[in-house]
Amino acid sequence: MDAAAIHQRLKARFEDHVGDCDTAAKDPSIMVSPAAIVLVCQFLKDEPDLAFDALSNESGVDYKAKNVIEVVYHLYSYGHRHSIVLKVDAPRDNPVIPTVEHVWKAANWLEREIYDLLGVTFEGHTDLRRLLLPEDWVGHPLRKDYVEPEEYHGISTRRESLLK
Amino acid sequence: MSLTGYEVEVERRGSAGLTTEEMTLNMGPQHPSTHGVLRFVVKADGEVMIEAIPDVGYLHRSIEKIAEKVGYHGFMPYTDRVDYIAAMFCNQGWGMVCERLAGIEVPKRGEYCRVIAAEFNRIASHLLSVGTMVLDIGAATPFFHAFRERERINDLLEELCGARLTYNYMRIGGVAWDLPPGFAEKSLAFLDQFEPLLDEFNDLITLNKLYIERVADVAVISAEEAINYNLVGPNLRGSGVKYDVRCDLAYSVYPELEFDVPVGCGEEGTVGDCFDRYIVRIREIKESVKILRQCFKQMPDGPVIAKVPRKFKPPAGDAYVRVESARGDMGWYAVSDGTEFPYRCRIRTGSFSGISIVDKVSRGLMLADLVAVIASLDIVAPEIDR
Amino acid sequence: MQGFLDRLMAQGYFAGVPAEVVYAIGMVGFGLVVVLGFILTVAGVTTFVERRVWARIQSRVGPNRVGPQGILQWLADGIKLVMKEDVVPHDADPRLFRLAPYVVTMGFVATFVVIPFTGQLVIADMNVGILYLTAVTALVVVGILMAGWGSNNKWSLIGGIRSAAQIVSYEIPAGLSIFPVVLLTGTLSMQGTIQAQGWAPYHWFVFNSPFTFAAFFILFISILAEGNRTPFDLPEAETELVAGFVTEYSGVRYLMFFLVEWGNLYVIGALMTTLYLGGWQIPPVTSNAVVQNVLQFLTFFLKSYFWVLVAMWIRATLPRVRVDQLMTTCWKYLVPIAFLNLIGQAVWIVLFPDGSRLAQALMTLLGFGIIGYFFYRVVFHLRRARPQMQFSPLS
Repeated sequence: MDAAAIHQRLKARFEDHVGDCDTAAKDPSIMVSPAAIVLVCQFLKDEPDLAFDALSNESGVDYKAKNVIEVVYHLYSYGHRHSIVLKVDAPRDNPVIPTVEHVWKAANWLEREIYDLLGVTFEGHTDLRRLLLPEDWVGHPLRKDYVEPEEYHGISTRRESLLK
Repeated sequence: MSLTGYEVEVERRGSAGLTTEEMTLNMGPQHPSTHGVLRFVVKADGEVMIEAIPDVGYLHRSIEKIAEKVGYHGFMPYTDRVDYIAAMFCNQGWGMVCERLAGIEVPKRGEYCRVIAAEFNRIASHLLSVGTMVLDIGAATPFFHAFRERERINDLLEELCGARLTYNYMRIGGVAWDLPPGFAEKSLAFLDQFEPLLDEFNDLITLNKLYIERVADVAVISAEEAINYNLVGPNLRGSGVKYDVRCDLAYSVYPELEFDVPVGCGEEGTVGDCFDRYIVRIREIKESVKILRQCFKQMPDGPVIAKVPRKFKPPAGDAYVRVESARGDMGWYAVSDGTEFPYRCRIRTGSFSGISIVDKVSRGLMLADLVAVIASLDIVAPEIDR
Repeated sequence: MQGFLDRLMAQGYFAGVPAEVVYAIGMVGFGLVVVLGFILTVAGVTTFVERRVWARIQSRVGPNRVGPQGILQWLADGIKLVMKEDVVPHDADPRLFRLAPYVVTMGFVATFVVIPFTGQLVIADMNVGILYLTAVTALVVVGILMAGWGSNNKWSLIGGIRSAAQIVSYEIPAGLSIFPVVLLTGTLSMQGTIQAQGWAPYHWFVFNSPFTFAAFFILFISILAEGNRTPFDLPEAETELVAGFVTEYSGVRYLMFFLVEWGNLYVIGALMTTLYLGGWQIPPVTSNAVVQNVLQFLTFFLKSYFWVLVAMWIRATLPRVRVDQLMTTCWKYLVPIAFLNLIGQAVWIVLFPDGSRLAQALMTLLGFGIIGYFFYRVVFHLRRARPQMQFSPLS
């Protein structure tokens, strides 16, 4: 099934919660509202002719200009060998998105990483704590306005440029 | 529980008058197995593990953020460091995602050079993976035999691109240089003497009863679980799912090449145990040899790199490509905003999913099995942390 | 040793000195010679030989810089270890931690009291020699447990306990496999066992009957396990991420643990040779006492060292077993088979009180047949391996 057909199925089922399908792009993606993402994912996984049984990738992108943080889900179906891209927008000051952990277990670590580096809180996640950075790190580095703290445990993060 | 520091947590359980304690052990960041800097906090009841919680992040170098600063061309050497054991695939992934963003087509000869470099690297990476796996299980000699062959491949790749580990051979639009003169003859000579050595390696360790006892029926991962946890590559194929990005989402010149995709079938135990994942890697080495021979025969002449502007500014948008790396399907997601610096670069690697399943599989296994599990899932730390 | 000193006194040496003093000084003196001259040298050289043998098996060279062909490497390692800082962890049990290496070394060195070097040279030929040997090697268990517990390190503790369980368990098949020989000779003394065999292979106890043949292999496996050698080296190389019960040791204490491990190889070889392979028996080629002694020493040493090399070879080839598989092997397989061997050998002795020439000949042929076939396969592989090892893709 191609992206347009999947978009039609989703639109028929979820109406307002599913946005437009950007078919002109290289990877056609479907906008989904945060409130419905879990139901959409469950539907995509359970429907026999859609059968998206794998969450290939979950990325967070910080769109400072649009003032949103976008979480991009790349889904894949090993049975039907088709893929689809879902995008969820969350406001930048308080990004909260429901977790899809119970749909695909792979989302557990992927969402932890997005929480760690971008600060998106995933509601309902069983174990939302930092993954790559130390537990007591302050800030979310992948944000566009991230400023590195002056020091960490007494070690200064500033140093003189060697080029002068 | 907190994972910082060395807290000793002792839980006393009294049963039938005998007090037992659960031990919290720390398989610390430094250890003699060469899987990188990983840490596991293991709760064990004597020898049997109750939980093995991985603690990653020791190798986090913020490569994804660096991409936003150095530009598309400048990021190519950084991609080597994402997975330095199978660096060609990372190069290829970044090249492919930039080419997809900008709509560039790589010339045929360039694609063949890419495949040759990639398959050599796949053999080298698998040799390292199986070599360290048998070393962790205790046999020291097959490790050296595997590394001797890997040294020869490294010599060939050094002649090709000047480096033995972090190649930086590919560029956006193709590869940096054509094959040096005589490379094909030397490579074919190497492949001729390498194939029987693989059988010798199998004689030495693969069919050894002691080895099979250690890895068969250990950490069985069923196909549904593997897909649910998003395991990829030999891990997924070891659980019985016949899926290979080279065949199913054909990219580069793989449609013109003929090769099999080995799948684990539970020959020494259950489908999806450590032995299956191991034997899939051994068989993939053979398939890579086949691919290499075909490449050297079929390579056309021509340029090896397409014309790409020095200030590379792809149109705004995003793209996602998959590369079948040695550790599985590596996903590269790039967002471009029209300038010469990528807006976002995201890499989803095979080891990331592999390590997320370690906790689940290791319940009820013994301490010695944890090492076998980590080695059979072919987890390398730089891939997880980037 | 006593008989040897008696003969010397009869020839007029040590005149005027009371016999007990001669015995005491003679035994202690010879013990010192053995410890300093023989044990240290053999254990040290074995470390070097192991590294070279490993390297050749793995198609590389091994240490060859220090001295001609690297033969002084073990001295260099010893000097380096002696010069290292003596680290005692802060929370380690001070007495247990410091005492453990000495207990282990004691258990190891004490076995040399009964190991014969030639027909007359042995520190003390006790009439319970073999029993004494198995008893004294149990001291090593105590030392390892002390090391594991005293290190205040959970991984050391696990390594120490595993080792204790392993050694104690494998004492049983080892003991059971020694008994067929004791049944044959009726004595527990080491020299007595050797004297009951002849110099020709078909007089060795290993080829005496099918049951001693099987007991030979079971004894070898059990003693390998007792010596913490691969495939049973869980305590030291397992906890594959740390070094087992010797993790916290450095310098001289570490040196003692490893001296014990490599010296134990020689004890393994000596035990196998004494019990099953005819010991120092040589064909009667000379009647000169000195030449006889030298030949006997060489025979015994070479036979024992052969088993040292076999143990190294096994270590380089085989992977490790897991702890539960180790226990299963011992209790469910080796112990029943060893019992059956013992009973079978007893029945055999009743049936053939003087031994069966036919069975001896058959077993000898079988043994040499296996060795011959093995050499045939090795030569075949060696011929193929030479060009592969020297291949270089860039040439």
